[in-house]
Amino acid sequence: MSGAKQIRTQIASIKNTQKITKAMEMVAASKMRKAKERMSATRPYASKIKSVINHLASASSEYKHPFMVARPEVKRVGMIIVTSDRGLCGGLNANLFKAALKKISALQEQNIEIDLSVIGSKGMAFFRRISGVNVVSHVSHLGDTVHVADLIGSIKVMLDNYTAGTIDELYLAENEFVNSMTQAASVTPVLPLPAEASEERAHHWDYIYEPTAEEVLDALLVRYIESMVYSAVVENVACEMSARMIAMKSASDNAGGLIDDLQLAYNKARQASITQELSEIVGGAAAV
Amino acid sequence: MTIQLEIVSAESEIFSGAVNAVIAPAIMGDVGIYPKHTPLVTQLKPGEVKIEIDGEEDQYIFVSGGLLEVQPDVVTVLSDTAIRAEDLDENLALEAQSKAKEALSEKAGEIDSARALAELAEATARLRLIEKMRKA
Repeated sequence: MSGAKQIRTQIASIKNTQKITKAMEMVAASKMRKAKERMSATRPYASKIKSVINHLASASSEYKHPFMVARPEVKRVGMIIVTSDRGLCGGLNANLFKAALKKISALQEQNIEIDLSVIGSKGMAFFRRISGVNVVSHVSHLGDTVHVADLIGSIKVMLDNYTAGTIDELYLAENEFVNSMTQAASVTPVLPLPAEASEERAHHWDYIYEPTAEEVLDALLVRYIESMVYSAVVENVACEMSARMIAMKSASDNAGGLIDDLQLAYNKARQASITQELSEIVGGAAAV
Repeated sequence: MTIQLEIVSAESEIFSGAVNAVIAPAIMGDVGIYPKHTPLVTQLKPGEVKIEIDGEEDQYIFVSGGLLEVQPDVVTVLSDTAIRAEDLDENLALEAQSKAKEALSEKAGEIDSARALAELAEATARLRLIEKMRKA
């Protein structure tokens, strides 16, 4: 009977695990919904600020902000990497690392050095072990409700480096929330900002600027990049939750399958022991 | 006559609707925007945005700085979510840098988290002691 008892305790422990994974799945599902709402809440700001920048860039053509000028020679680039703080979310972080490393090795082949700004502790744990990259800033433990204020410092380090000429380009490695089943890792260029050819120059009007066009543009560009990174972080939270939801769902399913198999094994063991006992009794009776 | 007002921050949409006038704390002094105002872009300092709607009480929304954009029929306030100042931002940047250095110099993760917990326990004990001494 000892075999059957062992199987029974095993089933009980797997059932406990299944309870946990089920709970995590449901928590992740509800957190994902909230994260998606926050994601859509970032859009009006980003699109509005973008349209003002485009207008400013085309209106005040004599002033070229350094963020909008491509450098002829690229020696060192910066990359902001947005990762999660916690694991148990499938291949989310691993896929992002793969995409980032691909870009990094492509850059390194051209003898371009790389400065990293890592958001999230999973990214830090990974990139501190990678040689040849230089982590210049880091922020983690942002929680599920991220605030722009938490990211300002990290972004400023990169922007200051860009202004100072330490880095010549800036990239953002992020997870894109395609739908609740799919996330896509991507590395997108941030700086220099691509100059958008606006054909709307026909109607020639301009704003009044206070204090000056330059100062307004400075403030706008910094905020624009912050909002880009911020929405990437919020999107990453949504990705993390949906990836966790799927990972936990498959873990729960696997646990269910395992329990079924073990239950079968347990029943067989129980049957076998009953049959054995019966045959012993019968054998004993025949001997008497 | 009304003008469309949108107040948005990077984190959320704060206000959207038709208003009669907006008074905003622009960096060179408060500005009042009425319909058909000339296009204007200005930085805002921390303060209250006053919204006037006919037949309703005035609304006040606090903004911690940001930008105001005026087009003939729409006014947009791009509100900051935190008070911004060069030295404050500088501190945040230094903090992010030191965190990177700290994380890079860490050896084994588990041992360190154990040490951090021990330090935390010590710090809270100290705080409790200080509180007790204050009360006494």
